[in-house]
This record gives sequence, structure tokens and C-alpha cells, in this order.
Amino acid sequence: MSTASVPLPAWINYGVIPLINLILAFFFSGLVVWLIGENPFEALKYLVIGALGRGEGIGFTLFYTTSFIFTGLSVAVAIHAGLFNIGSEGQAYLGGLGAALVALSLDHYVPWYVTMPFAVIGAALFGAACAAIPAWLQAYRGSHIVITTIMFNFIVSSLMNYLLVRVLIVPKAMAPESRTFLEGGQMPKLDWLISMFGGKLGAAPLNFSFLIALVMCYLVWLLIWRTKLGYEMRTLGHSPTAAGYAGMSYKKIVMITMLISGGLAGMMALNPVMGASARLQIEFVGGAGFVGIAVSLMGRNHPAGIVLSALLFGILYQGGAELSFDMPAITRDMIVVIQGMVILFAGALEYMLRPAIVRAYQQITGK
Amino acid sequence: MDYFDIFISILGSAIRLSIPLLFTALAGLFSERAGIFDIGLEGKMLASAFASACVAYYTGNAWAGLGAGILTAILFSMVHGFASITNRGNQIVSGVALNFVAAGLTIVLGQAWFNQGGRTGQVPASGRFSGITLPGADMMRDVPIIGPLYANVISGNNILTYIAFLMVPISWWVLYRTRFGLRLRAVGENPGAVDTAGISVTWLRYRALIVTGFLAGFAGTYLAIAQSAAFINNMSAGKGYIALAALIFAKWKPVPVMFACLLFGFLDAFANFMQGKELPLIGEVPVQIFQALPYILTCVLLAGFIGIAHPPKAGGVPYTKER
Amino acid sequence: MSLDTQNEPAIELVGIDKTFGTVHANKNINLTVAKGSIHGIIGENGAGKSTLMSILYGFYQADHGEIRISGKPVSIRDSQTAISSGIGMVHQHFMLVENFTVLENVMLGAEGGQLLRKGVASARKELKRLEDDYGLEVDPDAVIEELPVGNQQRVEILKALYRGAEILILDEPTGVLTPAEADHLFKVLRVLRDQGKTIILITHKLREIMAITDTVSVMRRGEMVATRKTSETTVEELAELMVGRRVLLRVEKGEANPGKVLLSVKNLTVKDSRGVTMVDDVSFDVRAGEIVGIAGVAGNGQSELLEAIAGIRKPTSGEILIDGKPIAGADPAALRELGLAHIPEDRHHMGLVLKFEEYENSILGYHRDARYGRGAMLNLDGIRKSAEEQIAKYDIRPPNPRLKTANFSGGNQQKIVVAREIERDPTVLIIGQPTRGVDIGAIEFIHKRIIEMRDAGKAVLLVSVELDEIRSLSDRILVMFAGKVVGEKSGEAGEQTLGLMMAGIAA
Repeated sequence: MSTASVPLPAWINYGVIPLINLILAFFFSGLVVWLIGENPFEALKYLVIGALGRGEGIGFTLFYTTSFIFTGLSVAVAIHAGLFNIGSEGQAYLGGLGAALVALSLDHYVPWYVTMPFAVIGAALFGAACAAIPAWLQAYRGSHIVITTIMFNFIVSSLMNYLLVRVLIVPKAMAPESRTFLEGGQMPKLDWLISMFGGKLGAAPLNFSFLIALVMCYLVWLLIWRTKLGYEMRTLGHSPTAAGYAGMSYKKIVMITMLISGGLAGMMALNPVMGASARLQIEFVGGAGFVGIAVSLMGRNHPAGIVLSALLFGILYQGGAELSFDMPAITRDMIVVIQGMVILFAGALEYMLRPAIVRAYQQITGK
Repeated sequence: MDYFDIFISILGSAIRLSIPLLFTALAGLFSERAGIFDIGLEGKMLASAFASACVAYYTGNAWAGLGAGILTAILFSMVHGFASITNRGNQIVSGVALNFVAAGLTIVLGQAWFNQGGRTGQVPASGRFSGITLPGADMMRDVPIIGPLYANVISGNNILTYIAFLMVPISWWVLYRTRFGLRLRAVGENPGAVDTAGISVTWLRYRALIVTGFLAGFAGTYLAIAQSAAFINNMSAGKGYIALAALIFAKWKPVPVMFACLLFGFLDAFANFMQGKELPLIGEVPVQIFQALPYILTCVLLAGFIGIAHPPKAGGVPYTKER
Repeated sequence: MSLDTQNEPAIELVGIDKTFGTVHANKNINLTVAKGSIHGIIGENGAGKSTLMSILYGFYQADHGEIRISGKPVSIRDSQTAISSGIGMVHQHFMLVENFTVLENVMLGAEGGQLLRKGVASARKELKRLEDDYGLEVDPDAVIEELPVGNQQRVEILKALYRGAEILILDEPTGVLTPAEADHLFKVLRVLRDQGKTIILITHKLREIMAITDTVSVMRRGEMVATRKTSETTVEELAELMVGRRVLLRVEKGEANPGKVLLSVKNLTVKDSRGVTMVDDVSFDVRAGEIVGIAGVAGNGQSELLEAIAGIRKPTSGEILIDGKPIAGADPAALRELGLAHIPEDRHHMGLVLKFEEYENSILGYHRDARYGRGAMLNLDGIRKSAEEQIAKYDIRPPNPRLKTANFSGGNQQKIVVAREIERDPTVLIIGQPTRGVDIGAIEFIHKRIIEMRDAGKAVLLVSVELDEIRSLSDRILVMFAGKVVGEKSGEAGEQTLGLMMAGIAA
């Protein structure tokens, strides 16, 4: 009770506490590794080397990072306006449709850099469209956005399932996926970025979307802290009554915020759809929308923090995949466990250690 | 097959499909009425399915499997409680985290122990809950209308099915006729009222979550060793979320929860039946429509077009004593 | 009330001390409350009254000190032990489950067994008895959210009595009551006292203390500064004890020179979210260069009136004109452009975003002004500079525009709001509770600014539940009761006259 109100310096709040939470998450994940008879330290070593050891590994890591930056930003924008968007998963999925439609219609005719801006807009529009109905339900009908966005994840999943199985599938093919885009519908790989640091990208799908993600980080930062709209969003997020007093329209802000949030989630699709597989595949989002919740939380809803935590999850994804090669007893799904642990300790149990840390801090500083 | 037989067969399948929903939605009912949102129902179902399949596989005893399923779900529930009650963490985040942990852990452990790509071994017959033929089912079979209904829909289910339906009146009775229920409903609306009445909010909410785990354990067990004979990778397949939708659709009340689950189960069964079939005039209806229908219906309800759903007022908000 | 019961203490607090972080809420408090008496505890907001009572009710534990009940030391660890020690509490914000019935609320925590059935019957009987004994009438099967506020409070009292409370603590019980409801409450409290119950009444209203208590203790800044027999003290003495020095009852101000009508309200009716009429066919004008005060007991429609004028709440019917122009349907942003400034009643939830830094709050509502940024962008340097100017001019402390607003004191927070609203040079200024929870120094400062606005030819509408404030600032006084303006008096009107009007007795 009394420790909750004690202010801690920023380096403890944003450095020490997240770090300890992270260590706890890894400790419990290590316990699982130990339980199935493997050496957790060995596993950690494979994980880190797999993620960061070679150019190709780094390429994969940054590829995953790209997806998580988009979904993390999506969640963060909504949180600033007091909205919990857990529909980034579905919004990204539908965004994939937008990107794919653009790529499918333009790839025969124009080079990638002409397709790209349209694909960004297409992905964002479709992602925003998926967020529009939950946003409307929240703004005009007062329906809880957490619940409606969950519902929309499933509605979109059914819709995409139908489209891929019935409409977009290549005739006579077995796999429910669209045809492969030609080069005009693909995002170029970022070989040069990795070679700048003396590595080789190899087969890693790190692509131009990574740069788009970084630009979006800057734009989101600008939006939240430098624009009038961002000021209104933050006011609403902290105090809806103060926003009403100041003459800000609740309905308008909720709608705009969710459209932006959905748009950012939709852009995530550029990365796997146009950057990696060059086709629209079933379930290509693969939980990145949910990881976005963790990324945003760990990054304290700030774009700079989001880049760092997206990188962390990128390392987990890539390292986890490598780990399963090096230690066959551990499947790739170990990363799902680690993710869960990280979300649990860094997110839900974020304040668990605060009282103890406050006491320790008070003792050290003698206050 | 005439239409009546088809109807009977869909109805039977609808009941089988609605049982895991019913257990899970009732589980969610206790947690949410106590003011703890639980989107981790999916994970609890999955984890308990895995635990029950493992134990049933090794012991060959279905009841031991059920016990393991229940204990596992309660364990997950307690972690949720530790995060959201004791540490006042975000309940949605905690639920998301536990869903991840369950999804990953079941596969990692399953692969390490059984080495069958995330499946557990085939559970022997003694380790499963199989159908019970109710007295007189064979005799009744030839009676028109009620005969097939009794023999094929009501009889022949496993014990968990009957327990599920029994849980509905029991849940109602507990919530509305016992001291525990009164306090539980109160703590979901105004924990301050409970606290100032000298009752521990924390302990009350933990108890609600134990009940949640207990019921979710049945759901997982049903999936693994009643409906099938092994744990299969991600076998809950979103049922936890459909159950959540059913709970909301039923406006957080036990008897309507049963009807909502039956409705959603029926939609599922109907979708399975319609797969690849053509309807007169309309032609083939995509099964995905039926899959999406529970969620669409719930959104329509939430929009206030089918009455108004009032969630428990204190839901999602950690309790802090006011200064 | 015989002498011997007077002397026997029901409760003794000895050396109670409590600190929250850096706030020393209770400093070595000693208090003795006689059995069968009504004991008032008075003090300003934040004086530590509520903390003290929360310690007595087991919500918090004191860092030091002892509690004795009927002479025996007790350790009150939680509400459960408080209840079993015979203490009952009626909270300022009712602790009721709104969708439960009266009966369910009364039974909660005292159900009489695992199953409800048996308890229900005995609870019904007991409620009937309490109703007969104390005149606490209320339908046991009514749902709380459908009851008027006064009846909800009665349920709170019933809850305490049902649990066998001998000592009843009431925290600011009349804040939400109409005068008639308050009168009824006082009647009930006297009956309870005469039947031997001990009552502790926490309030910051002097009038109530004088009207009902036998003894009064005064708290100031966490300390118990005095205890008096009510019959042997005066309002003036208590007021002085509360604030620590003589209260300035009159603010220096010259004659008003009312000009043309700047704010005009015609036949305004406002309903709240439940559809209850809160403002009922109200009409009045405010002229340039005058302060019109609206007096009334809290909850008689003043808040809704202010919010309707400010554009936050949509009126059901009627008209509002600013400088002759009707403003139907205008939102708060449009009204600000028309020259309306609004200092809201509730700075914590409305006037400020406590998590914002000070400079961010200095533009709340005016963030779309051209001077704070072009196009979609904000000009942060410009905003911080203007915030610094306001800080200097209004002596806001600490003078740091980057400090989180929650870390300013109540008075300085209010100054942030006042500075923001006044510095825009509005033509009409509407003000709600300008000095609630504000220290004396800031009160004087804010009062002076309000009078300066009047003298600069602005129309000022002032709503306050502090009658002294209304009387010392207003040139004209309107009294609201049950949603209606029941009368108008000059600023010189006597306290007695206004008090009667506020109670709905005389017009």
C-alpha cells in the first residue's frame, strides 16, 4: 500500500524492473527445459547464437522484429487513448488481404517501388476496416472493445479461410494460398543492410518492411507526443471526463485511434506476405498480434521501447527455431512458452517485485 | 435418411459439441461474476486436456485423468489469481500470457514425453469416458419421435455430459442460494461493499477462481478422454473463446449460458453436416459462416440490438482500498 | 442522556499516528468519545478525519497508538474485528451493491449460515424491528439503484445496526442529501443516541456540528487541535480552530457596475442519465461586471446547470445565450471560442489530467488554439513558455512546468486551472467550487482574481456549496433547491435567510 506511491528513478522503472522480470521469465522457461532433461544454459546459448550468431540469423531475427514492431505499435496507439485492442491479430490478417490484392493486381505491370506505396495503403486500409466495427461498437454503442476485438479475430479468421480455400486459391492446387507474386509484388531483401556489418543475409527474409516499420515508429512518436490529435488521445486515455470538459469528441477520437491502430496492425502483413513468402497464406500472422500486446507493454507503449522489446521477441523467435534444430528434444513451441512467461512476468506480474525493490532502494539511499 | 433422422443426428452431435463449451462457460461465469475477466479459459481447457490425457494414458483410469485435468486447470487459475488479485496485474494480459504458456507447454512436454508430434499416446479404453446406455433406451427406440430422441440424443452419452447439464442448476443454486454465491456476486459488482462488510475480497476471489479451474478441468478432460482418445496439438481450437462468447451472449447468467452453449454447439454441428452439401435455392453455404456465427451473434448482442448486456461492474479492475 | 453515561467513554484513541509515504496523515491523535453521545469531528478536506476513522474501522492499521472500546484495549486488524467490536460505518461513498436488493445488501457479510434461506427470514424480521425502533423505513425488496440517495444511506445505517453496531461512524453524511433528507437523518441520529448508541459524525460543515452534536473535536493538518462542548462554542471559534487563524469572512471589493447581459439562461431543463430532472425550468441573466452566485445544498442541480452551460451536458429544453447569441448544441470547444471559460467543480477528474505534466494541462481545452501550434502539430516550446509565464504570474509552486500535475498541492492545482481559464481573457466565466480542498492562502488569491475579472467587465457565474464564499463574492445570489431557482437576494443577504431558502422552507 504505502510503497505504491513511492516514486522510483527512471533507470529503475525502465531498466532494473523489466530486466528482473525478464530474468524471472527465463528462469521459469529454463525450468521447463530442465524438466524435459536438457541443460537450460546450453539451450540459452544455442538460442542466442542462433539469433545473433550469423548474418542469416540476424536477418531472421530482424524479420520477426519487423512484424512485432508493427503489432506493438498497433497496441500502443490504442492504449494511449485508453483502448485495449487485442484484435491486432485479426487486423493484421485482413491487412494481408489488402496487401495481397494490391500485389496480385500490380505485379505484372510495375516494379516493386511502385507497388509498395499502394500495398502499404492497401494493408493499412484493410487492417483499419477490421478495426472499424469494434471501434464503432465502442464509440457509439458502448460495447467493450476487448471483447469485440477478440470476436473479430475469429470472424476475420473464418472470412480469410473462406477466401483462401474458395476464392484466392490457385486452381487445382492443394494448399489454401494465393499464387506467388512476381517480383513487382515483392518487397526487396535488405542484403545491403546486413553486409554493411560484414554479414551475409543468406536465405533470411529480412526485407524493406523493416525500414517501413522504423518510419512508423517515428510517425507514431510524432503522433502521440507532438500533435494535437495525440494530445487528445492521451487526454482521453488518462481521463475521459477531462476530455469531455475540454470539448474533445469521445466518438471521434475512439474511431480515429482504432483506425490508426488497425492500420498499423494491417501493415504488419507487408512483412510476411510481400517480404517473405510472396503469397497470401493461411494463418500467416501466427500470433504476432498477441505478441504485440507483450511488445507494447514491455516497451512501455513508447516507440523506442517497442523497437527494443520487438527485438527481444525477434531474438526469441529466431533463436527458438534454431534451438529446436540443435536440441531435437525441444520443439519450436518452446518459444511460445517463453513468450507466455515473458508476457506473464513483464506484463501481468509487472508490479510483483516493486514493493521489494522500493524497500531495497530506500535502504540503499537511506531515505 | 429422412429429415427427422438427420435432425436427430445433428442434435446428438450438437450436444456433444456443446459440452466443453458448457463447462468452460460456467467456469468463466464464476470468475467473471467475481470481477475477474478470464480470457485464459482457452489455455486452461488445453492444459487440462493435456494433463488428463497423460494421466489417463499412464494409469488407465479415466477418473484419475479427470482429477489431473481439474488440478491443472486450478493451478492455471491460481496463477491468474496471483497475477490479477494479489499483484493487481492486468487481467487481460495475464489471460493472454497463460494461453501462450498452455499452448507452448502442452506441445513441448508432449513432444518430449511421447515423441508423436505433440500428440500423447492413445489412451486405453479404461482410461476414457465412454457412452452410457440409459435404462430402456433399446426398448424405447421404436417409439415414434420420442424414441429416437431418447435413445440417440439423451441416452448414450458419457458421464461427463450428464455432469455438465447437472452443473447448470448447481451453478445457479450456488450463485443465488448460498452465502458464497451472494458474496461472489457482490464482489463482482462492488468489492468495497464486501470489504467493508468484513469479508476478504482476496480470498473470496481466489475461491471463485478455484471453482473456475474446477469446471474448466472438466472441459479439458472431456475433450481429451471423452470426445477423443488422446491429446492432440491445440485441440481446444478456440473453444475457450466461443465459450467466452456464449457467456457474454447469456449475459452472465447460468441457465441462459446453457442455451447459448447449445445454440453454438448446434451451429457447429450444423456446419459439419452442411459441409459440401447444397441447400435448395441457395446452393452451397460456406461452412465458415457457421463458424463465424457465434462471434457475429455476440457482437450483435453487445451492440445492444438484442437487449443490453451488463457485465459485472467491477470486472477487470483490481481492487485497491481507497484512501 | 444522563450525566453518568456522559462520562463513560465508548471509544478512546490514544496516541494514534499514521504516515502514508511522505504524508503524515495522523499525528499523535488522542480522542475520547462518550457513550450515548453524538460526537462531531470537524476539519478541512485533508485534515486527516477520514484516515482516523478508517483506522478505527480497520481499513488501515495505525503505525502507533492504541484503541480502547468501553475501556478495553482492542486491536482492530480489519473490518471484521471492527464489526465484532460493535463499530459500524456509513461511508461517504456508499458501500452498496447497486443491483442487489436492500435485504441482500443488509445480509452481506452477516448471512447467518452457509445457505441463504434461513437468514433471509430472520433478516426480514430484524429489519422490521429496526424500522419500528428507529424510524428507518425502507422496502427490503427494493433494488438499491432504484432508490433515492437518502434511502440508500438509510440502508447503510441499517447494515451497521443489523450487525449490532453500538458505535456508528458517519463520514460526511449530508454531502449528497437534500435538506429534507438531512433533517430526517438528524432525527434518526437523535433517536439512536437516545437509545444509547454512540455516534461519530465527520463533517466539514459547521452548521451541522452546531445543529446536532453534543461534543465537537477539531482536526487540522493531521492533528487533533481542540475538543469542545458544542453548547459552549461558536461557529466563529470552530472556524478559527479549523483553519488555524481568523477566517477572512469578507473579501475586499468595490461596487459592481453591471453592464449589458452577457450570459442568459432561459427556461433551462436538464435531466441526468437516469432521466431524473436535475435542473427544472431555470432562467436568469448575468451581466457584464457582476458576479452572480448560486447557493444551494450539493445535489440540488447546480452541477448539472454548470455542465449544461459549459456544453458538457445536453439540456432537455430551454435556451442559453452568450452575448445575445443562442448556443444550442455547441460543444465545449465551440463555447470556448465564443469566450466562455469554465473552472469546473472537480479539478481531479475534469479540470486537470493528473498524469500530465503541468504545461500539458495549461492548454487543456485550448490545445487547438493557433498560438499553441500550426496545423496538426503542437508547438511544445511555445506551450512551455506560456506555462512558465502563468506559473510566474499565479505563483504556482513548485515553478516547474515539467512536473507531473498530481505532485502539486490542491491549491496549486486549482491555480493551474484558474490561470488557464482566466488568462484567455474570456467574456463569460463560470466557476464551480473554486476553493474546494484549497488552502487559505490560495483561497484569497483565487477570490481576488475572480473579483478582478468582474471589475474588468466580465460576467461571472459562481456556484459554491460554501455559503460564506457565495456571500463574500457575489453581487447577486440565486438560491437553488430541488432543481429550481427558488429566490434571488442581494449579495448582502443574511446567512439565516439564505439558509432557510436553501432548505426549501422560505422563498
